[in-house]
This record gives sequence, C-alpha cells and structure tokens, in this order.
Amino acid sequence: MANSPIHFKDFGKDTIQFRHISPDDLSPLPGDFENKPWTPLSEEVKEKYAAILDDTCILPIPMPKTKEEEEELVNKFISGMRKLFQRENNWTFLAMLETTMEHCAKCQTCSESCHLYEATGGDEMYRPNFRTEIFRRIYQKYVKKDPLARWRHGDIDLNWRTVARLGELAYRCNICRRCAQACPIGVDNALVAREIRKIFSQEMGIACPELHEKGSMLQLKTGSSTQMTGMVVKDNMDFIDEDFSEETGFSFKTPWDVEGADILLIHNAGEIMAWPENIAAFHIIFEAAGLSWTLSSELAGYDSINYGVFYDDVQFARTAILQAQAAKKLGVKKIVIAECGHAHKALTVIADRVLPEPLKVPRESYLPLLRDIVLSGKIEFDPSRNDFPVTLHDPCNMTRLMGIIRPQREIVKALCPQFREMTPHGAFNYCCGGGSGYAIMHRNNIEEWRMKVAGRKKLSQILGAFSDCRGPEAKKYVAAPCSNCKGQIRDMIKNYGLMENETLAYGGIVELVVNAMKAVNPGFIKWEEYG
Amino acid sequence: MSVIPYLLTCLALAVFIVSVAARIKRYLNKPLHVRWELYPVAHDAERASYGGSYLEDVDWWKKPRKKSMMGELSFMVPEILLLRGVWENNRSLWYRSYPFHLGLYLTAAFMGLVFLGGVLELFGFNLGSGSVIGSIIIALTNVIGPAGFLLAICGAVALFHRRISDSSLREYSSFGHFFSLALFIVVMATAIATWLFADPGFAMARSFAAGLVGMKWSPIPSHLFTAQIVLGAILLAYIPITHMSHFFMKYFLWHDIRWGDEPNIDKPATDRKIGEVLNYPVTWSAPHIAISGKKTWAEIATHNPMAETENTKE
Repeated sequence: MANSPIHFKDFGKDTIQFRHISPDDLSPLPGDFENKPWTPLSEEVKEKYAAILDDTCILPIPMPKTKEEEEELVNKFISGMRKLFQRENNWTFLAMLETTMEHCAKCQTCSESCHLYEATGGDEMYRPNFRTEIFRRIYQKYVKKDPLARWRHGDIDLNWRTVARLGELAYRCNICRRCAQACPIGVDNALVAREIRKIFSQEMGIACPELHEKGSMLQLKTGSSTQMTGMVVKDNMDFIDEDFSEETGFSFKTPWDVEGADILLIHNAGEIMAWPENIAAFHIIFEAAGLSWTLSSELAGYDSINYGVFYDDVQFARTAILQAQAAKKLGVKKIVIAECGHAHKALTVIADRVLPEPLKVPRESYLPLLRDIVLSGKIEFDPSRNDFPVTLHDPCNMTRLMGIIRPQREIVKALCPQFREMTPHGAFNYCCGGGSGYAIMHRNNIEEWRMKVAGRKKLSQILGAFSDCRGPEAKKYVAAPCSNCKGQIRDMIKNYGLMENETLAYGGIVELVVNAMKAVNPGFIKWEEYG
Repeated sequence: MSVIPYLLTCLALAVFIVSVAARIKRYLNKPLHVRWELYPVAHDAERASYGGSYLEDVDWWKKPRKKSMMGELSFMVPEILLLRGVWENNRSLWYRSYPFHLGLYLTAAFMGLVFLGGVLELFGFNLGSGSVIGSIIIALTNVIGPAGFLLAICGAVALFHRRISDSSLREYSSFGHFFSLALFIVVMATAIATWLFADPGFAMARSFAAGLVGMKWSPIPSHLFTAQIVLGAILLAYIPITHMSHFFMKYFLWHDIRWGDEPNIDKPATDRKIGEVLNYPVTWSAPHIAISGKKTWAEIATHNPMAETENTKE
C-alpha cells in the first residue's frame, strides 16, 4: 500500500487505516540495519482512540461512539478553524497562516526538503503540502465559504474521519520548517501543522498528554514538567553539586535565588533527571569563569521548557510570562538559556512580542557566552582530551529559526581536534526526528515511528559524518546542544545498537568543554555510561 | 461598440489596482504577529552568508545591528529574476516555470514600452522619424514583445502538461489551476497571432495605448487585436484575485515574516501594539482557556489554572 497514489477524496473514507508505510519502502541507511515491521496498535488503543491514520497514534482523539459525537467532532473543529482566522483569537499567527492559505502555487518545491518525505521513500502523506492542502480545502469551503471553492481550490469530503486523520497528521511533522525554507513564495506548511494542533488543543481540548497534562499544565502546577517543585529541584541540585565536585575534583556550589545576579541561567529541568552531567558541566564552567549567576526556584523559573511552542499559544504565553516574572523578581540583568532548543526560540524570539513592557528582560542563548568563555583564555583547556571524532547536531530551533550557527562551531573547533561537520548543517540542517516534542513520547508506536521514519535522516547524517571511522574500535561523540535532540539521539543509539557497534556516545557541548578543562579530572565524558 | 475594448482595459486596470491595494491593505491591517523568522536572513550584513544572526553575540541588545539593503537585493534580484529557489529545489519544474515567468516579465516590459511609445506619440513625438530614442523603443518593443509571448506560452503549455502528467501535481491541481494556465495560453496565443497577422510592428498597440491615455477612443481596425485587448484585460483583472497575487505579496511573506527579525528593543510602537493585542478578547473553548471571568489574552495568559486547582484543594 505504501507509495501507492493518494487521493484527497479518500481521506475521509470509511476505512480502518488510511496509510501504511511498508518498512521496505523506507530510505536506505548507511549500514546493515534491519527494517522491522510495525508493531500493530493494540485493540485497546484502536477502540479508545480514533487511530485511523496509519500505524501510530500520537494525538489521543477519543473515538466517537455515536452519530452525535461524530458531528460534535466536526463542528468543534470547524469552530476552531474559524477562530484561527479571527484577529482576536489568533493575532499571534494570523498573518502567516492566511498568506500560507492564499498564496501557495502547489508547485511541490518544498517536498524534497522534508526529511520525513525522504525517509518514507517519498510517500505522498508525508509531502509537506499534503496536510496543508486538506486544511486549505476545508478552509476555503467551510470557513471562507468561497462559493467557487470546489472549482478554484479543489474539493474535500468533511466528516469525522477527515477531522480525526487531519489531527493525527498534524503530528507527522517535526515543525522544523525546512520546507518553509525551500518555498520560493514564503509559504509555511510546518506552521499549518502547528495551527491544526492549536485547534485541537485550544478549541477541542485534545492534546498529547506529554505536552499538555504532563507537560505545560504540570509546569504551571509544580514549576516543571518533571514534576519537581522548587524545593525538590534544589535537593537534586545539591546531589549534583556534591557528586560532580567529588568526581571532577572541581568543587562548586550552585547558587540559588541570588538577587541582582548578572545572569539567571535556566536549564531544561529534564536534564537534571536524565543528564545531570550536563547541569554539572554548566555550573563548573560558570564558576570557573567567575560569572555572577544564579538559578531561580520560582515557579517555572528553573525549567526553560515551554511546550506551548508545539501546540498551544495560551500555554506558551503563560509559561513565558512565568519565566520572565522569575527573572524580574530576582532583578537579574539577563536570562541565559541552557541547552534546550525550543526553549531558546520560545523565550528569545517568540516571546519577544508577547511579553509586555513591565516583563521585558534581556534573553540570550548560552552559546555566545560559552564561546566567549572558551576563547577568552580564562579557563585552561587540553584539547587532546577530546581527541576523538566529534560531530555536531544543529537543533533547528537554534540554527534555522534563530541563526545561531558559529558560536558552537568555534567552541568545538577550539576543543575537538577531530571535529567534522554533518552534511548539510547550520541553517540547512536536518531535524533530529524528535522535534516538536516527540522525543519525550513513547506510547502507541511513537518511538517506533521516531526510529523508523522521523530520525532516519539524522541517523544517516551522523553515520555519514563518521564514515572514515565506522566500527566499534573508534570512540565517537555526537554533540547535540538540545535536550529534546539528545533524547532522540539517545533512543536511536539504543535502537540501532550504535554503542555496541559504533562506540557512539552523545551529549551536549558543555560536556566537551568540561572534558577538556585542565582543572577537572580527566574522563568527564564516559562512554560506558551511554551503553 | 468601439469603446468596449477601451472601457474593458480601464476596468481591468481598476480591478487590478484595487485588488492589489486591497490585498496589501488587508495584510497591513493584520494585528501584530509574533516573530517567526527563518534563517538565512538576507539583510544581516555580516552573517547572512552562512545563515547567522545578531543572536550570536553576547548582550546582543547592546550592540548596533548592521542591516544591509544590498544583502536583500543580492538575494531577491536573482530570486525574482531567475527563480533561484525553484532552480535549487525543484530543477525539473524550473525548466518549465522559468520560461513562463520570464515571458511574463518580458510581456510586462513590452506593455511598458508600448505605453511609453504611445504616450510619446500622443505628445507629437514621431517614433518612426529615425531618432535614436524612437528607434530604440521600436526595436526593443519588436524584440521583447514576441519573445515574451513565445516564452510565456511555451512555459504555460509546459506547466499545463506537467500538472496533467505528474501525479504529485495533478492531485493538488484544481480546475482553477488549469483555467489560469489555459487563460495564459489563449492570451499569449492571441498576442502572437495579432503580432503575426495584424500588428507586426506594434503600431496598432501604441495607437491603442495613446488613445487610451489621451481619451481618444477611436475604433480598432482589427478583430484580432480587439480580441487580444479583451483577453488581456480579463487576464489583468484575474491575476491579483488568485494565488498568483504572490508576485507582490511575496514582499510581505519575505520581509515581514521570513526576515522579520526586528527585536523589540526600545520600540514604543511595538510595545503599544503588544498592549493592544493582549487586550483582544479570547473565545477559545477548551477548558484550560475558557475560564469564567477571564476574557482577554492578558487576563488568560496571566491566570494559572493549575495554581487555582491547588488552591481549591487546600
């Protein structure tokens, strides 16, 4: 069935599953990796949720049981779609959305730029414009009510299956916006995926639990999607201080709630749980550089994540406001965002036109600061400690969406003698496959989809960067300065056996910096811990 | 009856201008949107070459930003004139799309030359007197016009064929797409026929332009030329009401959205707009948004529904 033609009229048809991607049709990988068949979705999932798109279920849309529920699904969707095109309800993205609806030439110039389209061997469902075209046809016919919509823009059958499939299809995109970069007109198909997610979340109350209940709502409740309160996070940080002071021989103590500090550093709190070495590395560097800095224990002030970026403008605004309030309360000079890609874009770029004047605090990436520290000579380094092949993953949010390209390169080039680039890289990078929140999702074949489809291009790129040193003999390192990207790369290393077969480790950039610090005991990066 | 082509041309011009103005006005009246830029941003004087931005600097808000108009032009000129994006990302389409677009550019230039010649003649300048200016205008018109018609019709036919034969385009193409391309083909075919059989030196075209501008709407001596005027007028009015309005809306999609990297530093006007949009009413229905007593973005965004849950529990 994969790579067979798709017709828009079939999208709302009464079939059990709209699409099946055969593992045999996936793009080849550089190596001998088995393409295992999809694990069937459980009967429980199929009964409970409208999992009728393909072999995965990301958005838990309750399966309508009655005609009334089916109609309600459609009516709510249309109601939400109308609101997307109202200035009051969607001032945030109305300009981009409306121009994307109106000006696409349907030339498909964007297709080849999409890593998902490439990974699936060019499957039509993954063409960046496929989802947009369905959305556009519904918009023209049911929202804009163009009397000639069918002739001018093409027809679409709108029923509950169309809505359910479109909602799920909004989660077959990493929102990396590589397709938008390729569009000669300026149309943004990735944005449409996000806008559909907004209809489901903001109007229908349906969102991925990892992003909503266990994500942004939990952050609003406890301060962090990890569920750590300010008190718990301080306790955990004490352990990190103690353990890593002992291990590295570099004694440090994390400063908390220092009023008037120059810098409020905000980590992705997930790092505290999953990669404490990343936290420790930051704090060692900041202490060694003699910076005036602090962490905040205020609500959301110690967790930079803002999952609203992926699916909900209101949740986005709420989180950004809390983070800015934490900085204002301490009276710091600026916020520095640690290794988290979406948090970079959320707080630095998008929040720029959301935060009102009283909440404006300068915000910047940690990368320029780290670059200046490394190149300043304040800290002594021994790059020979990093004398192993290193490649750099560019998180989309930092590079394509913020233009932070050189600082990370200046750091790794200064400290890693065997650094090599992926192809392509920088602003034209490929997403890791975990982008837009998938890296934290593991249910209903989502991880399988991340491994088979979403991460396929990145895996190919990583292995390509190490083509001169393949095999288990040479230790290798992928530097990914983003928590979400690291999660995806971690899962790919495990899934494809890359620790055993390639001795491939992953981590952030700060770990490489500390690994090369003379004042720290050798061996900060430990390959055996990534196995 | 003789005035109909003139009236239609005036009407088409009016529709064209009003449609273009309305689209631009509609865009400019949109509320403030969040930043959603994509790199490379061409006006970054020092960093556009590799896709970098001012955010690569520590304390970037304290540093002067170097914006370059030349940077934008050096990107946009080849993008518009050569369709660079299509060349780089969709080469097989470029071979069809570029002749079409180049043909339209040349046709637009041809129309400009015809009107220039017509206006000069209106003011008593005899283009055929052997003057340098007159000779240049005539020569350029004679070369650019037919070249434009031929390229445009070849491109339109090739695009039509591609839309029919390529399944990845056919499924996405509506009747409107085929109608648009067919209209171009018919208009350009009529223009070529007029050039070949009725107006080989474009004297009739200049005379029509002079009559239009000078309000001397004398009868047109050729049915073919009349057909060309009528069809051209229809096309002129049609373009800006379709997706082809991207030819001018692209400016906003690139400059305001894709390259819209202007930070909100010392920008009272932006702060004022933020204040305005934050006071917009919100009617989203999901339970975490539709909270009793909270009506505006500001009220809703500063309200923590989970904190309330906690308080209720206590």
